[in-house]
Amino acid sequence: MKIQNLKIRIQVFIPVLFGCFLFTGNAYAMHISEGILPWNWAALWFVVAAPFVAVGLHRLKKLSNTDLSFKPLVGLMAAVVFIISCMPIPVPTAGTCSHPCGTGMSGILLGPTISILITAVALLIQALFLAHGGLSTWGADIVSMGIMGSLAGFLTFRALRAIKINIPIAGFMAGLLADWATYITTSVELASGIKGDSPFMPLFWKILIAFIPTQLPLGILEGAMTAGMVVLLYKKRPDLLVKMRVLKPEEVAA
Amino acid sequence: MRIQDSRFKIQNYRIMFLIIFLLITCYSSLVTAAEKWPGVDESVVEKYAKEHGREAMTPLINTDQGDLLLFVFLLAGTIGGFAAGYYWRILMVEKTPRINGDKQKTTG
Repeated sequence: MKIQNLKIRIQVFIPVLFGCFLFTGNAYAMHISEGILPWNWAALWFVVAAPFVAVGLHRLKKLSNTDLSFKPLVGLMAAVVFIISCMPIPVPTAGTCSHPCGTGMSGILLGPTISILITAVALLIQALFLAHGGLSTWGADIVSMGIMGSLAGFLTFRALRAIKINIPIAGFMAGLLADWATYITTSVELASGIKGDSPFMPLFWKILIAFIPTQLPLGILEGAMTAGMVVLLYKKRPDLLVKMRVLKPEEVAA
Repeated sequence: MRIQDSRFKIQNYRIMFLIIFLLITCYSSLVTAAEKWPGVDESVVEKYAKEHGREAMTPLINTDQGDLLLFVFLLAGTIGGFAAGYYWRILMVEKTPRINGDKQKTTG
């Protein structure tokens, strides 16, 4: 009875908590707004993003044809990435707001290609209806948050697990580096797009350093969130993690 | 039985109060923070872009008008929250595999 009540509480509490973070008038984000990048740079980032999104689509289709049981996990991650990536969090040390990305988490649990696809969909909805990001900068935002975030999370987790680092620490580092990789890439995109005749590196460092007071603590928060989610699924649904190749079968004892 | 029912009702009321309290505090803190807590899109991205002669354009579908943005964020949060809760329930409650009546156990 108590466990059942606790489950009900958690099921009510988590969505409400996520939802109430979205009760805000403005979007505070890493997303590059509409019109910030010149068209040639915007087009370049579309070209970079397109093959990754296509591979993600192909992988999702392939998995759907063979096994439908992972679909709830894809649905959950899509909702989580969408919510987290438009959830402004005030950082008192910096006096600014920003958001985590959630792509480290989805990169670990779904693999980078499907994670890139769901991020692209989340970014498109945000650009269309939430004045968050932009259609012309959609490609750049997919590259920074989707591709770099997912790959950084996935590769960090796999590399740390390969050298026998435990799951919570591997999850934490994956989330942390996914967040920071996203903002480093945003700095590259922004600096290259707006530099004009001025040199790239000084502007890149200037933008990156400006991100640090906000993203340093938020990266730690994202690491904790990622570790929490991976550990929770490890405890509750290890079979799913084996199926998604996050864990090896020998790590799960019947 | 009656005692259990009344306890369950009290717990429900507590949850309701907790939710209302959280909604009010989060809402008020975020709304008041809107003026003093600029986002990094404003304080970093748009600031440096402006310095180099690039300014953000109006979105194709401009929902950033008065309280309209508040409404679409509320809608997005509600839909996203319900979707997350729905899939979480499927994953954790309905599809948890059981072996000999017990949930699957993991090694440390």
